[in-house]
Amino acid sequence: MAVATNVADEPTLSQAFSKGLLEDNPALRQMLGLCPTLAVTTAVTNGLGMGMATTFVLVCSGVVVSCLRRVIPKTVRIPAFITIIASFVTLTMMLVKAYLPALDEALGIYLPLIVVNCIVLGRAEMFASKHGPLLAAADGAGMGLGFTATLTLMSAIREVLGAGTFLGVRVLPPFVEPMIIMVMPAGGFAVLGVLIAASVWLEQHPRHRHKVVRRAAGPSASLCAACPINCGIGDPTNEACAKDEFVEMLEAAVEAARREREERDE
Amino acid sequence: MMAQYASILFSMILVNNFVLVKFLGICPFLGVSRKLDSAVGMGAAVTLVMVLAIAVTWPIQQLLVAWGLDYLQTIAFILVIATLVQLLEMAMRRYLPSLHAALGVFLPLITTNCAVLGVAILTVDEGYTYPEALVAGLGAGLGFLLAMVLFCGVRRRVEEAEPPEAFRGMPITLISAAITAMSFMGFSGVIDHLFGA
Repeated sequence: MAVATNVADEPTLSQAFSKGLLEDNPALRQMLGLCPTLAVTTAVTNGLGMGMATTFVLVCSGVVVSCLRRVIPKTVRIPAFITIIASFVTLTMMLVKAYLPALDEALGIYLPLIVVNCIVLGRAEMFASKHGPLLAAADGAGMGLGFTATLTLMSAIREVLGAGTFLGVRVLPPFVEPMIIMVMPAGGFAVLGVLIAASVWLEQHPRHRHKVVRRAAGPSASLCAACPINCGIGDPTNEACAKDEFVEMLEAAVEAARREREERDE
Repeated sequence: MMAQYASILFSMILVNNFVLVKFLGICPFLGVSRKLDSAVGMGAAVTLVMVLAIAVTWPIQQLLVAWGLDYLQTIAFILVIATLVQLLEMAMRRYLPSLHAALGVFLPLITTNCAVLGVAILTVDEGYTYPEALVAGLGAGLGFLLAMVLFCGVRRRVEEAEPPEAFRGMPITLISAAITAMSFMGFSGVIDHLFGA
């Protein structure tokens, strides 16, 4: 029974919470939710707002998915999860529109797009649907705060370098020309690349080096997490679940389909 | 009139490129851009789904507005898109097996792709008419395809390079994406000059 095996390695509340902060940080380690990470981090207020909105959706949808985990049939679980998540995203959108209209303006279409953020569906599928509501809330809060921290760090770098301000207050001396490129799309890719490289470098610190011998950054489960293909691996902590593996599988499927077609043509 | 459609089409492909300027659909962009045929297949599948999704979601938005239910937009769109992709996959398997062999494997991946939902919401926000919305969808899809194909070429070179250890894999891919995005910055203003819009 799937339930029985899960009880054995049930994490404690604090483990569930702290995992998302550093070790499994959604954006930097798991490479999940890269779209908002790149798109909204041009100013600290936007990054912080996006992070908090995502955290709210993560915690609420995690609790509801967890409460309904024995009711939802396995075959329709993905549409059911999406509906639950979309409801909370709609709620968040209404709250933000009512109380923080400036943030709503700044986040634009990225606010409704939380619904397709791989982190939210990924946590619903991989954690909330297998654990109790309290653990699911802790996991959602940890992942959400880890995501918020990354977004805030990244938007701080981009805002200070690109606009010379922090939270709208000028911090660079007037004779320093801000690097506009940092708040442009290209700067987003570059800053995220450097941040991920930095996190890999920190992990490869001599103390841990033997653990990560020449492994590419992160378990990269982003395609797998929100992926409706039942590839059977489905566990981001499993090294076999690296994205390369996934792409190889995808290419094998393309190849098989092509062979099938050729055989039919003959 | 034609100029207006052409202006929407090219601005979606070049100036507002979905991947490199709007950061939508980053997961497939980074994940499936390693081989040219996968990149082209994914791009073509996304283009097809984007146009079909807009063909369905635009009328639905009008209904929602008429009934005063426009706050249900997100829920309605994501469910409709997910259903549409499933139906498309089944119909393709049954009636167009050769097309299914080429694009079919990519379809399930697109269900929760933010680019598809993004283009549906964007056309509503921009207040496009139905034909304009369809052209915008086509442009967004072609822009995605263009970015995938270009980046696939860049990536082949990067795979052969030897960056510092910490930069291997994802970081160097993102840095090369930054440089590709920089080249697209050159297109800003092009549309205004071409079409005087």
